[in-house]
Amino acid sequence: MPLQIILNLIIAIMWMFLSESYQFTSFLTGFIIGALLLYLLQRFIPDAFYLSYVWKIIKLLFLFAKELVLSNVEIVKWVYKRGRDYNPGIFAMPTDLRTNWEITMLTSLISLTPGTLSVAISDDNNMIYIHAMDIDDKEEAILAIKDTFEKAIMEVTR
Amino acid sequence: MTETVIDVIFDILVILLLISGAFFIISATIGVIRFPDVYTRLHASTKAATLGISGILIGAFIFLYANHGIISGKLILGIIFVLLTAPVSAHMIGRAAHSSGVEPWSKTGETRDEYAEIKNKGS
Repeated sequence: MPLQIILNLIIAIMWMFLSESYQFTSFLTGFIIGALLLYLLQRFIPDAFYLSYVWKIIKLLFLFAKELVLSNVEIVKWVYKRGRDYNPGIFAMPTDLRTNWEITMLTSLISLTPGTLSVAISDDNNMIYIHAMDIDDKEEAILAIKDTFEKAIMEVTR
Repeated sequence: MTETVIDVIFDILVILLLISGAFFIISATIGVIRFPDVYTRLHASTKAATLGISGILIGAFIFLYANHGIISGKLILGIIFVLLTAPVSAHMIGRAAHSSGVEPWSKTGETRDEYAEIKNKGS
């Protein structure tokens, strides 16, 4: 993957020199042309096409934004409701992610999604302890986190 | 003619973003006052405040671009840093509260806390 990024940058800079205009727009044109070339020649270059990773990262960011808005609607509902019809508690969630980087991503995603807030991580990185606004549907929350976030993060990192 | 229409659309967008951002921040503040314990308050302060701040910053970005033609990178960086730091700080505050022995509030009176169970088992 680093080879492809360097190739793409070299093509962009070469394009800049060939068209003799040293501006950001010509660099961008060169970059797009380089990406196109890499896409066409991807069978002859080791590793998968690197912009597909970028696309997956963008998808993860969109997922993040969507969940953020949804969680806010949920919280605002709880703020303005009369009485307290929620039952908070802390539950444990096993995770398959291993490296520090992945787990940091997962905890940030958990913290910004509806009704869940990561509180602690076990020493062997196996369990994440999550504070939920409504602990009665914790199974649902675990399934949702495993299905959407863990999968999306794994697609990016592996 | 078309330019004024675009201006009006941008103005409406900016107004909507600023109002919704301010609304979310006010909701977060009320939530911090109304919720019963540290953890539920963290819910309110991290989520609603994050979206509120990003809404206001995006509104300011669009305003600067539409009315003055400035593309302000600082505002975008501000959004990115708020998004990066808010969950981490919430995690740290929650962990610190738990290690100093704050029990989560519970409606029924019986606290459900799997983290405390495991910690007690270890010691």
